[in-house]
Amino acid sequence: MRRISYRDALREALREEMLRDERVFLLGEDIGRYWGGAFKVTKGLAEEFGEERVRDTPISESAIIGVAIGAAITGMRPVAEIMFGDLTALAMDQIANQAAKLRYMFGGQISVPLVIRTPFGGGVNIAAHHSQSLEAWFMHVPGLHVAAPSTPYDAKGLLKTAIRSENPVVFCEHKLLYPVEGEVPEEDYMIPFGTATIRREGTDITIVATLYMVHKALNAAKTLEKEEGINVEVVDPRTLVPLDKKTIIESVKKTGRVVVVSEDCKTAGVTAEISAIIAEEAIDYLDAPIKRVAAMDTPIPFSPPLENFVIPDENRIIRAVKEIV
Amino acid sequence: MTYSKWGSTMIDVSREKLVEMYRKMLEIRYFEEKVFELYGQNLVPGTIHLYAGQEAVAVGVCSALRKEDYITSTHRGHGHCIAKGADLKRVMAEILGRKTGYCKGKGGSMHIADFSIGMLGATAVVGAGLPIATGAALSVKLQKTSQVVACFFGDGASNQGTFHESLNMAAIWKLPILFVCENNLYAMGTSQSRVMLIENIADRAAAYGMVGTTIDGNDVLAVYQTAREAVERARKGEGPTLIECKTYRHKGHSRMDPAKYRPKEEVEEWLKKDPIKRFQDRLFEMNVLTEDEKGEIERAVIAEVEEAVKFALESPYPSPEEALEDVYA
Ligand SMILES: Cc1ncc(C[n+]2csc(CCOP(=O)(O)OP(=O)(O)O)c2C)c(N)n1
Ligand SMILES: [Mg+2]
Repeated sequence: MRRISYRDALREALREEMLRDERVFLLGEDIGRYWGGAFKVTKGLAEEFGEERVRDTPISESAIIGVAIGAAITGMRPVAEIMFGDLTALAMDQIANQAAKLRYMFGGQISVPLVIRTPFGGGVNIAAHHSQSLEAWFMHVPGLHVAAPSTPYDAKGLLKTAIRSENPVVFCEHKLLYPVEGEVPEEDYMIPFGTATIRREGTDITIVATLYMVHKALNAAKTLEKEEGINVEVVDPRTLVPLDKKTIIESVKKTGRVVVVSEDCKTAGVTAEISAIIAEEAIDYLDAPIKRVAAMDTPIPFSPPLENFVIPDENRIIRAVKEIV
Repeated sequence: MTYSKWGSTMIDVSREKLVEMYRKMLEIRYFEEKVFELYGQNLVPGTIHLYAGQEAVAVGVCSALRKEDYITSTHRGHGHCIAKGADLKRVMAEILGRKTGYCKGKGGSMHIADFSIGMLGATAVVGAGLPIATGAALSVKLQKTSQVVACFFGDGASNQGTFHESLNMAAIWKLPILFVCENNLYAMGTSQSRVMLIENIADRAAAYGMVGTTIDGNDVLAVYQTAREAVERARKGEGPTLIECKTYRHKGHSRMDPAKYRPKEEVEEWLKKDPIKRFQDRLFEMNVLTEDEKGEIERAVIAEVEEAVKFALESPYPSPEEALEDVYA
């Protein structure tokens, strides 16, 4: 099958959805012809669809999301880009108090078909304001869906689902994933939210990992197989809300051991939620305590040795696995 | 000796001060050229936003401040630090991620701070510095010191809500603050005219009942003169000023941006208005500076920058566990 990058897969999804549905439009800072998006996801789309549908905005995150909500509840299907995930903080009222709650507050009269695309994650040494992983903030707000694709295939399929969804979706991307290549069908396909996938089958232990950590977990699994003979199963939830508990629980029941890996901070984070669900629903099947590998509870520091220490790597995953196998 | 009334501006300023301003501008320029060079050698982690071309703004404003006055800065902040009197060695060390940097390697290029000289730090969240600077001005007022605050930000930042909220608050509370908008005509690839319908950002001051003025940000004396007046008014309790400095960045927005969105003629026109060259010519005209002195200053500045690089390169990286320090007081 054709191989393209995660970045190109996202662009393909945007483009196909814009061709399919005139109501779909994009807005964000520098997404248009002069820059094509900070990570070049929207490159070429302004040229193809015009500046009405691929709108460069002022640097006004709160209004970007607010405007997108206003358009979404009156018949449009906006896809907003927030240039860095950290900057969703500027729009948090519009995301958490408005987009997430309007439908419920107004007794189900409307839906808010809005997608907020934004890149999270570290690894490129751009420090505390441009490197965080904040997926859990959005998981904590009822009314929002949270997607977290780790491959080009999922990026395209999940983004299409997000755009056609009636719910506000925070679509979490990862900076280091943009150049990653993988197989992506040229035709239209959608991946339903709430369906995890098993990236690698195994029998000794389950690793649940998200976004870029999926790739680190797969590397760790390879090393563990080769050097320790430990057979690891890697589960990628793909969407965090809704979360495919069933696939995770079934895998844990099969292996009896689990390490949960995510790049966000440990406290009250993605790993906390997934671990709690496993403890609630499958504790009797566990042969060892649940282990978590997450970023340290610090802001992301600038200097490479510091950043590398804070963000989980293969070695930390391997150590966690070896502690319980 | 002092000079007054020359060029378009009315100014009393000693020869020493003029030479010092010139020297600071050169420091920034050479420093930034060096950072660019080191970046090319893969010695600078992450990204960089160079200040080259905008030196007159930081130097003009900071020359009107006292050491105990405060400034806040942005992602494009090296120049602000240097103009306020930061140690080049520790700025460079921070940019290179070393333990001896101002923030022990935790901040990097976009987050330098030196509280010992009133440099309250650079935020990389566009527009986030405005309310913080406003808060510092409130603090000054509450503590009845005679300090003032200068808040640097870009044209792009003036479209954030924080800009409008902060200006209004500073105005109603008559806070001692200078809002210094460095209008370099672009926010990344977005030209000002595509995101606002007004030509002069300083016009927005009127909406908050604040004094606002638009000046040539590549004329260091114009910036200095304007800042001095605003500082005086601020110290007298007469409130804030919005100063818009029209200027231009010489390089792209960040590390690898070729800045193709800027018309060639525009770039050329602005390069002709290089603030250092202009100031230098003026100093020659006024007989404040001779060729010999200029050469001497250049050599001294180059040596200082080289020393900063050497210091930074010889400094160790922080040890990984240091990442866990400073999270809480
Ligand atoms: C709140 C926020 N939005 C977007 C960005 C990404 N970004 C970094 S610098 C920049 C442009 C800023 O333009 P301006 O304020 O004019 O400053 P300049 O870069 O021209 O000095 C943008 C959009 C950011 N860092 N913070
Ligand atoms: Mg600008």
